[in-house]
Amino acid sequence: MAALRVLVGVKRVIDFAVKVRVAPGGAAVQTQGVKHSLNPFCEIALEEAVRLREAGAATEVVVATLGTKASQETLRTALAMGADRAVLAELAEGAAAGPREVAVALAALARRLQPQLVLLGKQAIDDDCNQTGQILAAILDWPQGTFASRVSLEPGAVQVQREVDGGLETLRLRLPAVLTADLRLNEPRYATLPNIMKAKKKPLEVVPAADLGVPAGPPRLRLLQLQEPPPRAGGEKVESVESLLGKLRHAGRI
Amino acid sequence: MILGFSDDFLGFPDDFLGFSDDFFGILPPFSRPCSPKLGPPRPRQPPQKPRGESKSFAVGMFLGRLNAEQVFPYPSVLTEEQEQTLRELVGPLSRFFEEVNNPFKNDALEKVEDETMKGLKELGAFGLQVPLEFGGLGLNNTQYARLVQIVGQHDLGVGITLGAHQSIGFKGLLLYGTPPQKEKYLPRLATGEWVAAFCLTEPGSGSDAASIRTRATPSPCGSFWTLDGEKIWISNGGLAELFTVFAQTPVRDERSGESRERITAFLVERGFGGVTHGPSEKKLGIRASNTTSLHFDSVRVPAQNVLGGLGGGFKVAMNILNNGRFGMAAAMAGTMRGLLQAAVAHASTRTQFGAKIHKFGAIQEKLARMALLHYVTESMAFMISANMDRGDPDFQIEAAISKIFGSEAAWAVADECIQIMGGMGFMQEQGVERVLRDLRIFRIFEGTNDILRLFVALQGFQGLGAQLRGVQAALRDPLGNVGVLTGEVTRRLRSWILGVPGWIFGVLNPEIRPKEEQFALKRVADAAIDVYAMAVVLSRASRSLNSGLPTAQHERLLALSWCQEVKPGISGISGEFGNFGGKFGILGGIWVDFGGKFGEFWGDFGEN
Repeated sequence: MAALRVLVGVKRVIDFAVKVRVAPGGAAVQTQGVKHSLNPFCEIALEEAVRLREAGAATEVVVATLGTKASQETLRTALAMGADRAVLAELAEGAAAGPREVAVALAALARRLQPQLVLLGKQAIDDDCNQTGQILAAILDWPQGTFASRVSLEPGAVQVQREVDGGLETLRLRLPAVLTADLRLNEPRYATLPNIMKAKKKPLEVVPAADLGVPAGPPRLRLLQLQEPPPRAGGEKVESVESLLGKLRHAGRI
Repeated sequence: MILGFSDDFLGFPDDFLGFSDDFFGILPPFSRPCSPKLGPPRPRQPPQKPRGESKSFAVGMFLGRLNAEQVFPYPSVLTEEQEQTLRELVGPLSRFFEEVNNPFKNDALEKVEDETMKGLKELGAFGLQVPLEFGGLGLNNTQYARLVQIVGQHDLGVGITLGAHQSIGFKGLLLYGTPPQKEKYLPRLATGEWVAAFCLTEPGSGSDAASIRTRATPSPCGSFWTLDGEKIWISNGGLAELFTVFAQTPVRDERSGESRERITAFLVERGFGGVTHGPSEKKLGIRASNTTSLHFDSVRVPAQNVLGGLGGGFKVAMNILNNGRFGMAAAMAGTMRGLLQAAVAHASTRTQFGAKIHKFGAIQEKLARMALLHYVTESMAFMISANMDRGDPDFQIEAAISKIFGSEAAWAVADECIQIMGGMGFMQEQGVERVLRDLRIFRIFEGTNDILRLFVALQGFQGLGAQLRGVQAALRDPLGNVGVLTGEVTRRLRSWILGVPGWIFGVLNPEIRPKEEQFALKRVADAAIDVYAMAVVLSRASRSLNSGLPTAQHERLLALSWCQEVKPGISGISGEFGNFGGKFGILGGIWVDFGGKFGEFWGDFGEN
């Protein structure tokens, strides 16, 4: 069958189970020594790509990420889950990379690798931007199917079922296309230990981010402040509606 | 002479213990004991250790030497690649145990759930140390210890299922297997298609392993053996396809032509026919682990399935167990980690008397002691695994120490965890009561802690014993020759330990003679355990401080607290035998060594 390459973009994030703390200074979140893992939605996207290859609908799965050297670990996990090869668009330590920068890098890779399908997670669990897939599609001028809960490939097209506010929406998009995965798309497999060992032999290419056109300049978004949510104050019981209204007025809430 | 022996004390030779001038000469330069009892440091002289001298720290202890090289600095054996690999393996394995494995279900069903078992096999958990070319993960001991720690943290029942399979079940194949044997069996064992079991214990033979009655008779043509016998309490007995079975075999002495009974190890396939297992035993703990009796009825075993040579079975058994012991310490460290987390979670959320209970000193002390026991065990486990990975040949005493310490520490930690949790800890739902039940067996199997203590002491004294006249052969194999030791040597050792002159035994009525050989040996072993524990935590904390790890200050506290805790015990031993004064200087000497060597640490406690 004709070659159908899938490019999967993934992100290394703080593990979902970790209790996140603000680093001293209030400018960032504490990441030193904290457990990181593959973003859950990216994992779902990757699983979908691997399943497409296993079903014979795709021929190759390439996984890519924009990050520092530490992201190699994440790529290895992705390779262990079944990706065929990996690309790290390497950033310098401390360089910021928001959805726009990631989209630029992935777009450059897409032009190099010529995939028919780009799969991303719908959002990252650290910044919850939900922008990368959309920006990428715009840069490439490709159709997009976001919040995908079902994907099926057809000759030259892909049918996507999307979870939207009103319910489910099904679209048919011409290939190449960009899709972003939502929670119910699939349940990702566990990387087996032998596959992790085998993944070491799979190619992992490192490309400097600048080579892909990622702007080195200061980020376009400036973080003003980070703070933990205020601790929960005790509640209060009132006996009547009048009393409730009085208390709310007193607290300046109404 | 340091120990003040007169030349003919107890009839020992003049150079008994080989002390005197060399003692300080062989110490590393930074250790400068300064106790007036033992005198100022002597100028360094080239060490005059006999060839093939053991470098084991424990052996050194008993000889009054500080054998530092296996302990200091804390060994680090993983290459960057191995460390990277390990990091990648930890995630999936942890996830599997957090999300798929259900220890409550496994315990209630008294078996590992089928889906879980399948998942474990697919995960590759059955062949962690099988070489890559046979389909395993080829992990070294340190990597294996790290993964076993995860399993121990979550489900000891599964831990034993996996451990009985690969830590002892087919370990003999890895250690002693011929290439054809390995090629034949390892691939299926690595994937878990075949499960393995270690078959030594019999109704009449537990600790006294040499007394087993299962027999294998050679065929006249010499091409096969016929195996008959019964084994009990075999983990994976009902699941296994491959058994490492120990049986008595007639062995012809080459010189005399006489036939003697010696134990031989065999690789027995269930498919050979004649192998049946009994019903699954109902146990206090590790209920998910399958434990059955096994019957061998005229089982035909091909001659090429002899493992480790004819008559070599006892050594094979002891080495398999010795080789797997560090794994147990690692598992115990993992279990304690889980227990500590549960205790801390409870103590930091439970409010009584207007405060979270972790603010109260009584609870803090419990948590601190639990943390100490965990730190020591974890440090021992990884030190020993690293020693083994580096190729240090002598680690059997340390391995035994780690098993004793780890199993008892874990029991104490589980007990205290339940105490901290109060009534909640007693309820099945929290899972801690199951951990307590699971832990009880660890002080019993793979060498009861009581026997292992005797082993630590006897094996430790072996270096001395070799110098005692006429008993060298017996002491080469102390466990197998415990009977011999009740004779001449016992008398000497006993009197040496208890400070009772040997002539007393001749004049006293047997009923009044001191019989406390095992009492004394046990206490010597306890002291040895404590000293080794001290060395291990000081070494690890030292390395953490040198590396500037974020936990270094906390580790420093742990190490110093531990040493503070055990000091009275060791001094007590020295004091008790103190009428011997410096004659028990072995441990007293080590004590002083540490005092001098780690002066900077001890300075904080106003010692030395």
